[in-house]
Amino acid sequence: MSHSDTPVSAHAPHDLDAYLHSMVHDLRLRIDSGALRDPLMIGIHTGGVWVAKHLHAALGLSEPLGKLSIAFYRDDFTHIGLHPQVSPSSLPFDIEGRDIILVDDVLYTGRTIRAAMNELFDFGRPSRVLLAVLCDRPGRELPIQADVVGASFMLDHHEEIVLSGPEPLNLSIQHRAVEA
Amino acid sequence: MAVVFVRPKLPKLARDPWAIQFDSDGHLKHLLTIEGLGAEWVTRILDTAESFLSVTGRDVKKVPLLRGRTVVNLFFESSTRTRTTFELAAKRLSADVLNLNISTSAATKGESLLDTMRNIQAMQADMFVIRHEQSGAAHFLARHVEQHVSVLNAGDGWHAHPTQALLDVFTIRKMKGEFAPLRVAIVGDILHSRVARSQIHALNTLSTGEVRVIAPRTLLPAQVEKLGVRVFHDMREGLKDVDVIIMLRLQRERMEGALLPTEDEFFRLYGLTPEKLAWAKPDAIVMHPGPANRGVEIDSEVADGPQSVILQQVSNGIAVRMAVMSLCMGGREE
Repeated sequence: MSHSDTPVSAHAPHDLDAYLHSMVHDLRLRIDSGALRDPLMIGIHTGGVWVAKHLHAALGLSEPLGKLSIAFYRDDFTHIGLHPQVSPSSLPFDIEGRDIILVDDVLYTGRTIRAAMNELFDFGRPSRVLLAVLCDRPGRELPIQADVVGASFMLDHHEEIVLSGPEPLNLSIQHRAVEA
Repeated sequence: MAVVFVRPKLPKLARDPWAIQFDSDGHLKHLLTIEGLGAEWVTRILDTAESFLSVTGRDVKKVPLLRGRTVVNLFFESSTRTRTTFELAAKRLSADVLNLNISTSAATKGESLLDTMRNIQAMQADMFVIRHEQSGAAHFLARHVEQHVSVLNAGDGWHAHPTQALLDVFTIRKMKGEFAPLRVAIVGDILHSRVARSQIHALNTLSTGEVRVIAPRTLLPAQVEKLGVRVFHDMREGLKDVDVIIMLRLQRERMEGALLPTEDEFFRLYGLTPEKLAWAKPDAIVMHPGPANRGVEIDSEVADGPQSVILQQVSNGIAVRMAVMSLCMGGREE
């Protein structure tokens, strides 16, 4: 059973363990079937890294977890500037020709993933990139979809998914502050 | 011996000359001087520089932050290190860069600074990096550029060289960590040094334990103590218990008259040799903003020795300038 098949009600209790378990199950099938060969895992700062840590441990991947900070690749730089605390990306391996699992917490507009892929290609040319997200939701502004999804949420634009962590991970749906 | 001292004319500055560095939202727009930045902005610049350091270790040493922007290096005074590191910083941020060495250009034909700036602005420049022999030149430019244009001071007369000071405190932070327990000595030609002025402001902004200057009386500005430094005229006393030694270049081209007996005499008294270095703490680091006059203010054995961080300063300079450029240019569009 996969949680990604049927949208989860925004107000149901969130079973994070089940979402993560479903992602691990899906990824393991792909590794066992040979669809993913000896993959590297890269989490997107910050929530994506928290999720990736769980997946990385559960899958028992041998190489260390990579972290991608997309601050220098955001497309809203001219409007909002640099974030005060930019933590540098760290990819402690060579991505050239490798299969990569890119992990984020929430897939919404798709802009973060666009920025992450641009940054990824400045480190080298991977053979394949697969996108795994804990939460999927409507609102895409770019043609980007996830391959592996923990849970899908049907949300309005004024609702947002907030993941807190790293330990314990906690998921909540909040009403976005009304913009002036 | 007669001491001839000609003070360069300073243009009139506004009552709060550093306020112009911020836009109406309190966001950094120009970098003209360290004064007025406060510990918060200085730390923010250093933290941002820290993350840009990682870009240097990658396959593609470039990030797309300033793609489509144009940075103009306006250098009215010759410079190799500063201009090239500003150029490299802008290129690593994906900006287009135009280098103008004005001494060889229109200024010699009588074009004013303002005319030069307006002409280049008409070519849709987004940032000016300016070095000029007149103190206040960068302020002057900042007051006259269009709303969206940023100005970075790459050295104006005897006044300020803020990015040099920032890369110096960045290097000190990387090597030594906290500033509060540190004793830092700035040695040599303080009088003619915009670098020293900016360093003193930066070190005091970060609450450095003690900032010292060591120099002969003729190479110290009047009332230098008011900048918040302890003054020494003797190297042995001044270097005692010091964690960081910053040697300054003896600015022979700015000397007017007999401020110095001879260079040999200066080297004997103030030149940093291995013997004098031994008076500081054993783990003291040695810095120099470059270009170093070997055998005048610093001995080759020290400049190339294990305690020297002179080359780290150069590479840190790129990351610091990337940080300043992206902080000044980001987040100001509606």
